[in-house]
Amino acid sequence: MISATYDYLDGNAAAGELSKVFAMDVTAAEGQCAHCGAIKRFADTHVYMQSPGVVARCAVCQHVLLRLVSIRQRVFLDLRGMTYLTFDSAHDRPSEPTHSAS
Amino acid sequence: MAGTALFGRPVMWRIGTVVALHDETATARTITLEVPDWPGHIAGQHVDVRVTAPDGYSAVRSYSIASPPNSHGRVEITVERLPNGEVSPYLTQVVAAGDRLELRGPIGSWFVWRTEQTEPIQLIAGGSGIVPLMAIIRSRASVGSIAPFRLLYSVREPRTSFYREELQALSDKDHSLSITYAYTRVAPSDGPRPPGRIDASVIASATWPSNLAPTCYVCGPTSFVESASDLLSASGNDRDKIRTERFGSTGERK
Repeated sequence: MISATYDYLDGNAAAGELSKVFAMDVTAAEGQCAHCGAIKRFADTHVYMQSPGVVARCAVCQHVLLRLVSIRQRVFLDLRGMTYLTFDSAHDRPSEPTHSAS
Repeated sequence: MAGTALFGRPVMWRIGTVVALHDETATARTITLEVPDWPGHIAGQHVDVRVTAPDGYSAVRSYSIASPPNSHGRVEITVERLPNGEVSPYLTQVVAAGDRLELRGPIGSWFVWRTEQTEPIQLIAGGSGIVPLMAIIRSRASVGSIAPFRLLYSVREPRTSFYREELQALSDKDHSLSITYAYTRVAPSDGPRPPGRIDASVIASATWPSNLAPTCYVCGPTSFVESASDLLSASGNDRDKIRTERFGSTGERK
């Protein structure tokens, strides 16, 4: 087993913080790990939020994909661990039409 | 505004007012918030909640939305109290009707079920991981969807399960929603299985055969999600059809 402890969350947990910089939701976006080449949904990344920022690691090889740190008004984003991140606007549709649940 | 349809909409902090509180178990409470400018949500999404102490220290935690999409600006979250939690004791023991909370959301476009989905759905929850799956079940019921649903719900013991009566009522009146409980510590004496973790035999008996190509949603503590998604994959489900949401080892996320 790669991780002896299950102290990570996943990309879903980081999506709120990442909405500071991305106009589209990241959880359905697909990214490629620059280290092992795996292509996965951002929702599937292993995310560590215990630190002052957010670190997302590849679920396959554990290499760092993304780091985000906010200090006062400044946001630092390091994406060198990903060769690309692709967003599909079909996933990013706004909410469902509401229905009369009243 | 031009472009908003293409790019969704910005996720922003909003103020919600607590309008109702309901205890689900001895340690879990549902908080109903009224959010006047709520843009609506999709079942499965979550919100970030920010709590700020008088000294200015603030903490943000993510909580799944339990309520189905609705047009009333109502958002329900169910919070499990964690012994060493920083935020959950406040939300489950201190917050009162009329209090205001900061919310960021709705968040997420992957761990969601849209009412137009008609394929078989497999839901697997560990503990408080039931919350976003309950929103999905409620969403299905609220639009009268007949998409075939199965829920496998793993809990420590009967008294720690959430939403039991409502789930029972929904599955009683709709046989295309079936529910299986798996107890890890204490099982009812008349139950079909002794207590134990979900294993290959539970997956084989309580989930859709993989040749039906169900879309699977697995939510719970990280170790639970890893184990359940590996079992689904081993039983022939395509990894691309398994959507997961993890709460971490402490469960502090939800």
